[in-house]
Amino acid sequence: MIIKGLAYVVGDHVDTDQIIPAKHLVYRMDDPEERALYGKYAMSGVPDESAGLPHGNQPLVSSGAKSDYTIIIGGRNFGCGSSREHAPMALAEAGIEAVIAQSYARIFYRNSVDSGNVLPVESEQNLCMEIFTGDELEINMDSKEMKNKRNGNIHSLKSMDTVAEIVSAGGLFGYARENELIGDNGDEKDSTTAGRRHRAGSNAGSCENSDRCWYPGGFAV
Amino acid sequence: MNFIETVLARRSGKAELLPGETVWIDVDTLLTHDVCGPGTIAIFQKEFGRDARVWDRDRLVLMPDHYIFTEDAHAIRNRDIVRQFAIEQDLPHYYDDASDRYRGVCHVGFAEEGFARPGRVLFGTDSHTCTAGAFGQFATGIGNTDAAFIMGTGRLWIKVPETIRIILHGEWPDHLMAKDVILQIIGDLGVDGATYCTLEFTGGAVAALNMDERMTLCNMAIEAGGKCGVIAPDEVTNEYLRQRGITELEEIYINGDANYKKVLVYDVSLMHATVAKPFSPDLIANACDLDSIALDQCYIGSCTGGKVADFIAAARILNRRQVKTRTVAVPATREVEAALKTETVDGISLCAIFKEAGVEIGQPSCAACLGGPEDTFGRLNGAEVCLSTTNRNFPGRMGSPRSQTYLASPLTVAASAITGRITDPVMFLR
Repeated sequence: MIIKGLAYVVGDHVDTDQIIPAKHLVYRMDDPEERALYGKYAMSGVPDESAGLPHGNQPLVSSGAKSDYTIIIGGRNFGCGSSREHAPMALAEAGIEAVIAQSYARIFYRNSVDSGNVLPVESEQNLCMEIFTGDELEINMDSKEMKNKRNGNIHSLKSMDTVAEIVSAGGLFGYARENELIGDNGDEKDSTTAGRRHRAGSNAGSCENSDRCWYPGGFAV
Repeated sequence: MNFIETVLARRSGKAELLPGETVWIDVDTLLTHDVCGPGTIAIFQKEFGRDARVWDRDRLVLMPDHYIFTEDAHAIRNRDIVRQFAIEQDLPHYYDDASDRYRGVCHVGFAEEGFARPGRVLFGTDSHTCTAGAFGQFATGIGNTDAAFIMGTGRLWIKVPETIRIILHGEWPDHLMAKDVILQIIGDLGVDGATYCTLEFTGGAVAALNMDERMTLCNMAIEAGGKCGVIAPDEVTNEYLRQRGITELEEIYINGDANYKKVLVYDVSLMHATVAKPFSPDLIANACDLDSIALDQCYIGSCTGGKVADFIAAARILNRRQVKTRTVAVPATREVEAALKTETVDGISLCAIFKEAGVEIGQPSCAACLGGPEDTFGRLNGAEVCLSTTNRNFPGRMGSPRSQTYLASPLTVAASAITGRITDPVMFLR
């Protein structure tokens, strides 16, 4: 997989209140017009001085609901704070395809992977000072490298490990369908695997359906 | 296996689980509210069909709590979406904000309603879902997609967390609360020091805490990046549940060696009132070293600092005194609100103490803890400096990006309200 585009750089510990401030969490996600507002306000809570490093004062979205940037570069603990899935969704609405950060807060990471909104990749090094906002980047997930066209530098990216299969399926629902954990549509699913069974351990470890095992021993990578 | 590994092993049907393993887990309870409920419902209906039924109506808890006392049209619509869904699905555990059933902040209401129980697995669409770990259960925050998946299937994949064990011992000094200790722990670990980890709290000083204080410890595990916080159940846990009519409890026995990534030990008798400075919960200092910070507002509320024990603590300081700075109190739930009238300090009700002191009391909800719509009670709409019992002080967290929030215990907030500056409560407790 190749992702190309312009970099938007922020610092360490960018929290979800910065990615999408709480007062904007009221728009409908299933209405395209309202959903676009999340794009408009994406990263609008980042303090001016760290918005678009190294210079700052550069909003992710200057006008309308789409950004000129495609890749966000963060440092440590990107996406810390609340569990709002509005955060990766707002980035996607703004046109962001990938976030490259040294580390992630776990709920943001999980939300990005399971919703399929943006690709969250860990970089080997903290790149906040290495890459400038506006640099032209090319991410190659096959070679796990990112090239900066401004200076020719190549930066190493980490493997997606256990979540790689979910990412390649486009998210949790895609993964569950590919592996026949749920049916192709709600009706089929409802009458088979995921109907109202008693859980709480009673069926734990068993495969109720010979062809649909919920306990494959984790994701084979 | 340690405590959380044992709980997770039971719910994934495995005899043995190791940190780092990825497993499918059976979910006992799913909790959602008015901010993330609508998005979750939309995904559930898109993926499972408009007429799909939730996997188990007895295991879904809907507690609107975030944007309740606001005229914001979008916020009102979100509450309507949740209400409509609850009616369509005939959900018994829906706490309608337009009815007498309304409770307030979901994490506190969840415990009050007896949903938090030892051995259970809870996922919630809110990062402070980890609060319920105080009852000896696995509890963590997730997003809308994961919640919609649980709504349809009752299951979710998880990576088994490593565990950091935190041992608290020593006698609790009068000026110290669980909030001071968890701020100190977050300061020591850093805001990403427990990422993907369980924080397990144990030791004599944990055993000495009531459930409200235990909830404060677990509530802020997320502020160190933790996946969950947990305290093994004991007689205090059982008594809380018994008072709420719950007597059948799952017992959890730890077999074999318990493994920990790291062990931290604290003697609470030596600790000081602690404050986190803007704009991060790990930027800690002793309250006594911040007495040059003048305050525009003091705030007592939220899932972290708006429980009964928090208001009793504040009232101990505020009794027969006046606040100098605007001070607002937001009880977490209707039950906490009612307790303000029945609980007393020196024979005076908390309610009377607060009124006499000049504290403004708001309606139970998340209120200004996370800013919210501009008409939210207690919201910081300008460049105010606030000292708060809440959990986060990120830029703009309580409203305006120009505002600044310091975090502290209810004792410290009450003491500071009286002086108008950040103040160590020790001076009012001698």
